[in-house]
Amino acid sequence: MVKVDSDMTDHTRYETVIGLEVHLQLNTRTKTFCGCSIKFGAEPNTQVCPVCLGLPGSLPVFNREVLNSGIKVALSLGCDIQKTMKFDRKNYYYPDLPKNYQISQYDQPLSGRGKIGIKLEDGTRKEIGITRVHIEEDAGKLLHSETDSYSLVDLNRTGTPLLEIVSEPDMRSPYEAYEYLVKLKQVLKYLDVSDCNMEEGSLRCDANISIRKRGAREFGKKVEIKNMNSFKAVREGLLFEEERQREELEEGRELTQETRLWDEDKRVTVSMRSKEASHDYRYFPEPDLVPFEISADLVDGIRRAMPEGPEEKKIRFAAEYGMGEKDIEVLTAEKDIADLFEGAAGLSGDRTGACNWVKGEVMMHLKERETDVKGLKLSPGNLAQVIKLAGEGKISNLVAKEVLRESIDTGRDPYSIVKDKGLEQVSNADALGEIVSKVIRENERSVSDFRKGKDAALGFLVGQVMKLSGGKANPKVAGELLRKALT
Amino acid sequence: MDNPKNEITNEIVEYAARLARLSLSEKEVAVFKVQLGGILNYVSQLNEIDTSNTPPTSHAIPSLLNVFREDVPVKSLPREEALKNAPDESDGFFRVPRVI
Ligand SMILES: [Zn+2]
Repeated sequence: MVKVDSDMTDHTRYETVIGLEVHLQLNTRTKTFCGCSIKFGAEPNTQVCPVCLGLPGSLPVFNREVLNSGIKVALSLGCDIQKTMKFDRKNYYYPDLPKNYQISQYDQPLSGRGKIGIKLEDGTRKEIGITRVHIEEDAGKLLHSETDSYSLVDLNRTGTPLLEIVSEPDMRSPYEAYEYLVKLKQVLKYLDVSDCNMEEGSLRCDANISIRKRGAREFGKKVEIKNMNSFKAVREGLLFEEERQREELEEGRELTQETRLWDEDKRVTVSMRSKEASHDYRYFPEPDLVPFEISADLVDGIRRAMPEGPEEKKIRFAAEYGMGEKDIEVLTAEKDIADLFEGAAGLSGDRTGACNWVKGEVMMHLKERETDVKGLKLSPGNLAQVIKLAGEGKISNLVAKEVLRESIDTGRDPYSIVKDKGLEQVSNADALGEIVSKVIRENERSVSDFRKGKDAALGFLVGQVMKLSGGKANPKVAGELLRKALT
Repeated sequence: MDNPKNEITNEIVEYAARLARLSLSEKEVAVFKVQLGGILNYVSQLNEIDTSNTPPTSHAIPSLLNVFREDVPVKSLPREEALKNAPDESDGFFRVPRVI
């Protein structure tokens, strides 16, 4: 037991314990137990059938692809795939669930324990345990109008495949919870089994948080927080709840085990009435679905076909390209970024150039356009052309940036853009001579500054030459010409 | 709710009704208490069998395993069909008493 000092602050006297439940919507073509499409954005109730509507006499049949995706996710988290799994009914009554039960997995889920590594604030690594990964089906969507005494139900989402990824209560701060989510999302995105978009609901997170006196063995009363719709909301919701629980304990009040909702506008958690939160799901085996035996052959086959994960990629990049840790972080943040880099590096034969262009301009465009690599429509081949044109001095760096922008906008290949617009860099002294003379004539002050020994003035004059040449002048040649003319 | 003696009380009937979002009259509670008790008694005959060497079984045909469908879309129901049996609908949605 740790001895507690009376003058210790709240933060050191209490320890926070957090576990997260993440729901991941899979991007299969059809639902978990019927052939209805799960395409986003369809008219309400147009992707439903007797199975997902729970009509009498209908029977669910399990989608093979859901199992394959589930195995991929479980393997990527280092989880043991169970030899036998079955489905169970989780019973509750709510209009988003037409059958009055959700098909889920209770005591024989897809996988047992695994783990994921996160980086702490001090740079050290910590492992967060994964309790299990199980398969279940999503519920429908409810719309509540402000004025009406009715709710509207769209059952298109009903039956969409979900994986629930349950963590151990291993996180000790909202920061760790945030890092866990970021890392988990990165690993999941590499697998390409889900869009992993929290704002659009394809990745959802509920949190369990309790606090206890530091050194205590027993957990405190656990509070479940729901309705957090972004990573930021998860962190804020947990920070708020951590503080609220501390205050309650400091003031000598008892905490209650309850479910609370994060209120995004007021930035507080609000208790759900206990009746809404009381659970008695009365799980029992789903009689309409047979059990599944997962063979070692199936698991091995999937393991062999799995794409390289972020951690493996980092190790390979360090070994193969000898890059620094910072560059590796940027280039492996997403699979598509890593693929773009490796493609462009291979095609251009210029690894350093590819690294710099992806880190700099490509990342800038991603940010500016608020999109991902797929949204840029920039092929590795087109990026490689920009890298080669700039690297070989055929176009100036300034022009290269513009060519890249145009290639991203139009999808055209940079060689054609440069040719059609006549953007080749001008290194020819005769061709630049006229511009250089003009710049000297029109910038008397900088000229005299330079003559007085202010070297910086030359940079300004080179800039003017670049400007007048439409970015086509070779800045090195322009500098030499200016220096020659002025000294 | 614990019920070691398999005894159906008014509270158990009311609790089960609440979980199923049913409101029952006092008379109905009394009727269901007797009926549910009868069912439970009947099924409890199974307790007389010695199952100490029998593993729990979730399905009747243990050899029937791994029934899959492929991930290929099939046509869904026309919306009119889907909504046909609903007590109430509006603009292509099912309409239910407000739940929030
Ligand atoms: Zn369906």
